[in-house]
Amino acid sequence: MKIDDIKREFPIFDDKIQNNDLVYLDSANSSQKPRVVVDRIYDFYTKEFSNVGRSVHYLAVAATNLYEQTRVSVQKYINAKDKDEIVFTKGATEAINLVANTFGQKYLSEGDEVLLTELEHHSNYVPWHFLRKAKNIKIEFAEINDDGEVTLEAIEKKITKKTKIISVSHLSNVTGAILPIKEIVQLAHSKNIPVLIDGCQGAPHLKLDMQEIDCDFYAISGHKMYGPTGIGVLYAKKKWLEDLPPYQGGGGMINEVKKEGITYGELPNKYEAGTMATAQVIAFNESIKFMEKIGIQNIEKHEKELLDYGLEKLRKNNSVNIIGNPKEKGGVISFTIEDVHPHDIATILDEDGVAIRAGHHCCQILHDKLNLPATARASFGVYNTKDDIDKLDEAINKCKKIFNL
Amino acid sequence: MDLKDLYQEIILDHGKNPRNLGKFDNYNKDAKGNNPLCGDNVHVYLRLNENKKVEDIAFEGHGCAISMASASIMTDMVRGKEEKEVKEIVSDFLGMIKEKDSLETNILKDDEKTKLMSLSGVKQYPMRVKCATLSWHTLTSALDNSDQIVKTEE
Repeated sequence: MKIDDIKREFPIFDDKIQNNDLVYLDSANSSQKPRVVVDRIYDFYTKEFSNVGRSVHYLAVAATNLYEQTRVSVQKYINAKDKDEIVFTKGATEAINLVANTFGQKYLSEGDEVLLTELEHHSNYVPWHFLRKAKNIKIEFAEINDDGEVTLEAIEKKITKKTKIISVSHLSNVTGAILPIKEIVQLAHSKNIPVLIDGCQGAPHLKLDMQEIDCDFYAISGHKMYGPTGIGVLYAKKKWLEDLPPYQGGGGMINEVKKEGITYGELPNKYEAGTMATAQVIAFNESIKFMEKIGIQNIEKHEKELLDYGLEKLRKNNSVNIIGNPKEKGGVISFTIEDVHPHDIATILDEDGVAIRAGHHCCQILHDKLNLPATARASFGVYNTKDDIDKLDEAINKCKKIFNL
Repeated sequence: MDLKDLYQEIILDHGKNPRNLGKFDNYNKDAKGNNPLCGDNVHVYLRLNENKKVEDIAFEGHGCAISMASASIMTDMVRGKEEKEVKEIVSDFLGMIKEKDSLETNILKDDEKTKLMSLSGVKQYPMRVKCATLSWHTLTSALDNSDQIVKTEE
């Protein structure tokens, strides 16, 4: 795999940004888009546009077929058993809200427990908090260890007879820890507890096999997988999608509508109310094909090399403190610089075209635990190179110089 | 815009060694402010005497160099001023950070204005404006006896 060739697929790198070559180290936030994805959206709107699943004219049928092709591509990409187990949402956030809402409605009542971890992104906490308010359920948090990991034992410790669902991140967007999700699912299933995996950071970087992981639900964000914004996927085992109530009501999700009552549509329509993000779904197919073309094993290998190189480089840089030291880690390096606030770091790095994120990365629970108001974070994608990391290191040195460190 | 214009010596100095950091016992007005996106927070304490003059002022909190320096310079600047004057300075400062090129108030001496203008660099960094304004909004809130925690998020 030639990285230079891959980078050329991304138009954002063609031009200078603020007179600098872009060093984009914010892919955990959102990835850049390859030309094939952007072109697909343009082509669909200019040559093929129609709404899907309703009209019988040529364009409508063709658009419906394209839309459904993405479903099959996703099914194959994550090795789901059935294409009806793929539900399109506006993002991973909506996918988690969908599960919390419908599962909560049917299966949670006062005193029941939902088990999360201290690593969770707000999108895998706030939807459950709504249930805490509405139904008086309890939320438990499996603790992180000193390396910023959540172990199987930490999960086991918090499981009680009242635990009704476990919802955990696949890969932490702050420490980069990869959770032992297969083992967590096995353990949970031995106690008849379903598991939701927040796969926002897992899906863009790791090989996925739903049948092997055996989780009940897996939430995917399209825009972190080189795809458009406004598109996500909820993978759910068919038994759950058949069993749980619908999430939103509207056109497309119904079967028969009478004044006396309504019957709902078959899967997956039951969960796709209203006009969906059609162009984005169709373009998302190009993201999947793009990742398949490179090969997820190659992506994993490349990002691991970058991570190892980045960790080595930053560890050598005095006064840089790396957050967490997980044994299994994805391409994320969160760090602080002694006496320099992360927002000052981000502004100074930005001056040289090095785009990182600073803040709590939507993980306030984790930052409270770490006793840090904010951290700086560099995260990698397929287009990054060792040269990007060298530039990060140089920009950090400049920052230290400004602050007389 | 050169980065040096944002991180001037005076900002770095006040950011690293903020003046008036802490809390004093006999304050009679205070307010909290936070900036959840950045994780900056500030708590302003002040004592307004019977003549409506700021007898003492201090702040607690943590945040980036810009927000710390801004709170530090602000507290230095309003000590000894009357409430009415403080409000004029706050409004002049916020106006300068948002749109105006200079400070217009006659209350401040030229060297004081120069000091405050060191914060004008944030104009070029829209995401950082709230870092510079947090303590000022919080000061207003303290003077107005507001119970609301100041939030810079829009």
